[in-house]
Amino acid sequence: MAGTIYRKPVLFTIAATVAVLVGTLVMMAYPMVRSDMHPRLEKLRPYTPLQLAGRDVYQREGCVNCHTQTVRPLKAEVQRYGDYSKAGEFTYDHPFLWGSKRTGPDLARIGGKYPDAWHYKHFENPQSFAAKSNMPRYAFLAKAKLDPAEVESHLKGIAALHAKGEVTWTADDVRALADKSEMDALVAYMQVLGTAVERKKGVTEVALDAPNPLSGQPGAIAHGRELFAANCSACHGAEAHGEIAPNLLDDVFLGTNGDLGDGAYFRVIHGGTEAGTFEGRTMQGGMPPFGTDLSADDIWSVIAFLRDQKAHEKTEPPKHEAAEHGKEH
Amino acid sequence: MNATILQRPRSGAFPDEYRYDHRTVEGFILSSIFWGVVGIVLGLLLSVEMWLPAANLTPWLAFGRLRPVHTNGLAFGLGVGAIFGLFYWIVMRLTRRPLLFPRLARLQLWLFNLGIAAAAVTLMMGWTQSLEYAELEWPLDIAIVVLWVMLAVNVIGTIVKRREEQLYVSLWYVLATVVAVAVLYIVNNLAIPVGLGKSYHLFAGVNSANVQWWYGHNAVGFVFTTPILAMFYYFLPKSTGLPIFSHRLSIVAFWSLIFSYMWTGAHHLVYSPLPDWIQTLAIVFTMFLIAPSWGSVVNGFYTVGADWSKMRTNYLTKFFVLGITFYGLQTVQGPTQALRVVSQLIHYTDWVPGHVHMGTMGWVTMTVCASIYYVIPKIYGTEIFSEKIANAHFWLVLVGQLAFSVTMWITGIQQGAMWKATKADGSLTYSFMDGVAANYPYWQMRTVAGVVFAAGMLLFVYNVLKTIQQGRALEASRPETLEPTAAAVR
Repeated sequence: MAGTIYRKPVLFTIAATVAVLVGTLVMMAYPMVRSDMHPRLEKLRPYTPLQLAGRDVYQREGCVNCHTQTVRPLKAEVQRYGDYSKAGEFTYDHPFLWGSKRTGPDLARIGGKYPDAWHYKHFENPQSFAAKSNMPRYAFLAKAKLDPAEVESHLKGIAALHAKGEVTWTADDVRALADKSEMDALVAYMQVLGTAVERKKGVTEVALDAPNPLSGQPGAIAHGRELFAANCSACHGAEAHGEIAPNLLDDVFLGTNGDLGDGAYFRVIHGGTEAGTFEGRTMQGGMPPFGTDLSADDIWSVIAFLRDQKAHEKTEPPKHEAAEHGKEH
Repeated sequence: MNATILQRPRSGAFPDEYRYDHRTVEGFILSSIFWGVVGIVLGLLLSVEMWLPAANLTPWLAFGRLRPVHTNGLAFGLGVGAIFGLFYWIVMRLTRRPLLFPRLARLQLWLFNLGIAAAAVTLMMGWTQSLEYAELEWPLDIAIVVLWVMLAVNVIGTIVKRREEQLYVSLWYVLATVVAVAVLYIVNNLAIPVGLGKSYHLFAGVNSANVQWWYGHNAVGFVFTTPILAMFYYFLPKSTGLPIFSHRLSIVAFWSLIFSYMWTGAHHLVYSPLPDWIQTLAIVFTMFLIAPSWGSVVNGFYTVGADWSKMRTNYLTKFFVLGITFYGLQTVQGPTQALRVVSQLIHYTDWVPGHVHMGTMGWVTMTVCASIYYVIPKIYGTEIFSEKIANAHFWLVLVGQLAFSVTMWITGIQQGAMWKATKADGSLTYSFMDGVAANYPYWQMRTVAGVVFAAGMLLFVYNVLKTIQQGRALEASRPETLEPTAAAVR
């Protein structure tokens, strides 16, 4: 009786099909018709032509093989990357690019974390930021021009997958792509990632005029020198004379003449900068918060190092060659 | 040694009606081996790129583009190539007849090789859907569906027209594989084409993720599990002469395995924005999956348990026993990883490639190689070229695989621990780069382990090629044996 199915191949095949379809229907098909699988955050916008072209480059180069785009709701993860990922952030992602391996850091909150210039320099030579980085160089993207017609056909594909009028673009948007490189597009994509979620600011209780508890301590200065080389020099230059980010040894602070106290330095290093004002000074933004990677003592050490450097230069002005030399590293 | 074999009469020779089909089977096996070598060499290059970024010589060979060539080359080239060839072998034996459509199978062989070659080239060009194990773009997806339909028509057709009433266990797994892969592959590859090498997934965001991992996990289930079990249930008894321990256990394990697999994909999305109930239900079914997996493990062990001396006297036995052992370990480790408390530590780390490689290098490759060792001499009515080389192959792949997986598990735990470590004041102990830097020695160790494994696989390739050479010489020297003999028909 029960054995007949093992003598009837067609019946057997039908039974096996039913067996695999039950789980398929419950776990894959049924969720599709539920609204919680199709949420959209209010602030989320479809990708612009340039951003979509950048996403295509991200897909083509297989970035998803080493970078995730989901911050898990775990304490350390939220501290490191920012707010955990929300279902409503991915409405226009065909396909999702959450990834399964974090050889490099998660990119779900990379948008706005660094200035554009940081990304250009980093894609060109990741090892200039971190000697131990194992990311390949992507300098060739800067030489590859976008094809506006191709991007437009891609836009049409995405638009076809959404309600009419939801994904829109103008002829000017597409024409403007003609003098953009694939690198421009990729940077534009980086900068929009995660921006539909309000960024939580790092909060510190350090007063603006708080004194540096490690000021002048030789150990702290040496530690600060190491931390500076590892975390800050790629943007501020090896000698802190500025490169894609400002000089830290002059008397200009956040674009305005006149230095501020160590407490102000602490706040900026801890929380980063974004467009807005800081104690009446206009900030351009672009510096990432280091409060996640550096402890309070680390930050005070960096400041102690900078103050020490500055004091040195006051007594003996820097040699020009030294500053030039620093740029090359 | 060879001389004596050449003198031997072709005792186990098959009748001539199988000759054409056997050449097709051999073609699939040789193709599978060829793509296997390509995939393993690329794997070594990728492992070097992990610790030597300068090895990313050109955009075509950069890690991001090359990794899918490695995974697809081995899953579809080595895996599916062997599945095609060995399925046809198993189906012919268990239905006691040649294939219903022999020329269709030969056409499938050519299309298969063209498809895999095109897959490798287009992936290096950056044509990708960015869906793991479903990277191939739509023109190749169509080719793969055509290939699968060819397999389905031949397998189901031959089984329907069989000359043996009862369907043996292996045929259940063959039929389940044919059906399930078709459903999985077609649904997950639904996309809007916007160019020859570019398309967009029909599904978006959370939904796209859920469909992909329903596919992704079951690609493991129905490419790396059910077809390999079909081989295991057929070639283990054939090689050892020991009958499968329990038919009833085979039945229970089969139905519960294929039923529960399809529920489990979302365990790849634990702690992601996917609705919690889907994650939890997937974890529950993943736990349940231990039972049917171990059903086959127990069946395998008790089968050989009837006569453990086979481990000494029959060189293939140890491949099957170690294969099913790694299957057993794999199917306990996998569900463990699905648990939230474990997932939070090891997800996204190198632990996971360690896990995958135990399954592929341990279970799949061991079983497939042993099956090929069994089939190739049978095609020619000869013996394996060298059991010594086969034994050296066994030990090299075993040591290479263990060193690979254990290294990756250790570094995965270290990575996960460094990501979550906090200081007394609650701030993070390590920067992300600290974690990367700490991985280098392990990544280098992995390359060494990979070289050991690759050396074992090269011995396997050599042994198979020499066996074929020896078989062809035998065939040429005894043309009269090509005549079908009355006793040999059916």
